[in-house]
Amino acid sequence: MFEFLSDLFGSQIIAAFISAALPLVFIVPFVIFAVWLERKVSAHMQDRLGPMRVGWHGWLQTIADFFKLLQKEDIVASDTDKKFFNVAPYIVFAGTYLVFAALPFSSAYIGTSLDIGLFYIIAVSGLVVIGILMAGWASNNKYSLYGAMRSAAQIVSYEIPTAIVILSIVMFTGTLSLSEISDNQTAYFWNWYIFGGPDWGLTKFLVLPFMIIGFLILYISTLAEVNRTPFDMPEAESELVAGYHTEYSGIKFSMFFLAEYGNMFAVSAIVSVIFFGGYQSPIGYLGDALAANWLIPFEQLFWFAAKGIFFVFVQMWLRWTLPRVRVDQLMTLCWKYLIPYSIVNLIIIGIITLI
Amino acid sequence: MLTEFGKIFVFLLVAIIFVAVSIFIAKLIRPVRPTKEKLKTYECGENPVGTPWIKFNIRFYVVALIFLIFDVEVVLLFPWALSYKEYGFYGFLVGIIFLVILAVGMAYEWRKGDLEWARPKPNIPYLKKIIKNQTGEINQLQSEESKIE
Repeated sequence: MFEFLSDLFGSQIIAAFISAALPLVFIVPFVIFAVWLERKVSAHMQDRLGPMRVGWHGWLQTIADFFKLLQKEDIVASDTDKKFFNVAPYIVFAGTYLVFAALPFSSAYIGTSLDIGLFYIIAVSGLVVIGILMAGWASNNKYSLYGAMRSAAQIVSYEIPTAIVILSIVMFTGTLSLSEISDNQTAYFWNWYIFGGPDWGLTKFLVLPFMIIGFLILYISTLAEVNRTPFDMPEAESELVAGYHTEYSGIKFSMFFLAEYGNMFAVSAIVSVIFFGGYQSPIGYLGDALAANWLIPFEQLFWFAAKGIFFVFVQMWLRWTLPRVRVDQLMTLCWKYLIPYSIVNLIIIGIITLI
Repeated sequence: MLTEFGKIFVFLLVAIIFVAVSIFIAKLIRPVRPTKEKLKTYECGENPVGTPWIKFNIRFYVVALIFLIFDVEVVLLFPWALSYKEYGFYGFLVGIIFLVILAVGMAYEWRKGDLEWARPKPNIPYLKKIIKNQTGEINQLQSEESKIE
């Protein structure tokens, strides 16, 4: 994609800017869709209808909300630390957006083909914590500070099981590049790493149960990393109003919202790349059958988005299924269950890979 | 020539430009009518009491410290995970010894209770005495309570 653009424009800088802006074209419509989906899913799970007035089944509701937010007055309370208060939305959004740089949307498009993609993603997702802490501290509001502290403790704690599970995948695959991991799982769905990877042999069947355990640990901890229920302590509406963005209004609030939903998709996409083949189709390509090679990247984009949105849907589903956990339960789950399990899982996968 | 990390820098620029542009557009069309009440810190409609910049629970600091140890460990293990197969069983053992040392450290922290989060003590209701004669017992309890008072 980058080569194509730089040939087209004759300048690498312009090409880099255009290829860097492409995920934005994906994120913004996705967030508009996801917010609508969230409201619809929660409504139907509670036997309500949800938004119905604006457009067919309310599908324009989020766009209307967006224009409303754009026109809202931007209130910066007089006691806030204005410098940090204004910088925080930039950092939170940048932390989310930088993750998208390493996600392979299809075999034709990846922001940066880094060799150390997984490592890079773990590193930059930490940037969000700084933004959240900054927002909470600068707001000069008790709810914000509590929300920010809880959020930071939660995100850093759950980063460890995430990193250890990713480590075990790295041991199994021998690569850190996300596009290489996706390419390994080509052809049919039994080649996905959740089913033991593409190599048929004893290893595949030995490693299968541990891959499923790894997937469960990774999914639970990514759920906690994006502050979703049952781990939505930082934004627990019934006790902390809106958590770290209580003081934000108008467009700055919507930037936090955008970052949050973007993060939801990003972690779902990471899970789908690692365990569910990423952009690879589970049943073969239509482009191969029709001998139309240009169709394949678009199909891959479709599968990537479909898998990502499926996991986002599961997050919403869990939100209306499970009650919120307490802070001590949250920390117990992370430090006493997920981390020891993931270390044992890492050792077992290491031994199996060695055989 | 743009390296891969140069492209990441461009991503960062695009993110910042996007936020800046949307805030600028909003600035053009939104009203600005601040009042004293509006600019007050939100505290459920009440006047804010005290400063929120307080001393915080030490637990958060302990969690951050333990996180730091584990994060450094993970960073050190990534190169090992990529290349341990080349050294066979010996290479695997080296990483495992490293992991075991950390696991022992974690077990020590666990035993010391640093992983325990302060939790509310359960308030389980219980009966002080077994009631034999209902009316008589209640009368007795009431008289005891009145004595204490």
